[in-house]
Amino acid sequence: MVSHPEPKRIYFAVFGALMVLTLATVLVARYELGVLNAVVALTIAVIKATLVVLFFMHLRHSSQLTKFAVASGFLWLVILISITLSDYISRAWLPLPQAW
Amino acid sequence: MSDYTIAAIEHPAELQHQFEDIGQQLDASTLGMWVFLLTEIMFFGGLFCAYAVYRSAYPEAFAEGSRHLHMVLGGVNTVVLIVSSLTMALAVRAAQLGKRIATTNYLVATLGLGLVFLVIKFFEYRHKFIEHHVPGPNFIFDGPHAQQTQMFFSFYFAMTGMHALHMVVGAGLLVYFIIKAYKGRYNARYYGPVEVMGLYWHFVDIVWIFLFPLLYLIGYHHGLAP
Repeated sequence: MVSHPEPKRIYFAVFGALMVLTLATVLVARYELGVLNAVVALTIAVIKATLVVLFFMHLRHSSQLTKFAVASGFLWLVILISITLSDYISRAWLPLPQAW
Repeated sequence: MSDYTIAAIEHPAELQHQFEDIGQQLDASTLGMWVFLLTEIMFFGGLFCAYAVYRSAYPEAFAEGSRHLHMVLGGVNTVVLIVSSLTMALAVRAAQLGKRIATTNYLVATLGLGLVFLVIKFFEYRHKFIEHHVPGPNFIFDGPHAQQTQMFFSFYFAMTGMHALHMVVGAGLLVYFIIKAYKGRYNARYYGPVEVMGLYWHFVDIVWIFLFPLLYLIGYHHGLAP
């Protein structure tokens, strides 16, 4: 579909949200939150990326096939990172087999 | 055997003859660009994954290295890139409306902001070379985890370097699109190439959205570098 141009205010609203979230990620980083620092930083970054993908990259008006392709791409990224990290994190849990 | 003949079908110059209509052509080019971007997601994803493995192994060293990056310059560059994404989105919108001069102007603004980003990045890199914080034989770092901190700086240069390379490619593409837009090649029916250019530019912005907190901010709660 040839999409219809959106009103400018949508782009400015998304831009404003991205600025506020950038400020939030800097302010939160000042506090010692332990493991939550990384969780909060990544959560804010994922929200910002989602805003860019949906509004600036017009994914919400894209074809079903494009939406499906994008979703599968992110699924593969999650597989890449989660399986790799589950290996590295769990390696020290069990003793290595000893030679006899 | 059927005896129909393949007639030469009239179609506008901007519509490739294999497509039914301009909407189908736009859908196909959007999907094609996204498939390319998915390979880019996996490429940068590998870097982020390696970063996660080493950061979980050496958390103190990564925080220590992060404190020696210039947070203000990194933050300014984040704002510059987000503004450039806004101007890029407005350029696509202007192209959709068939506004030739507005499209050109927004693309020029996007290019200008991209160059501002690269100039700031250049001065950051220059400072790292002066401080001997570039991994390699000349690496010098005062701290308890010098070797592991060198690992952090390796990730810093690999990830921001690949990102900056994508910015350079994007800037080159923008020059091409500015010329085409100024010549009036795009209109309210045919703006697909500008849309696809926008997809690439926004993707590079998203990579930086993740790089900024993961590289610049992880040592902030320990205070600023001495």
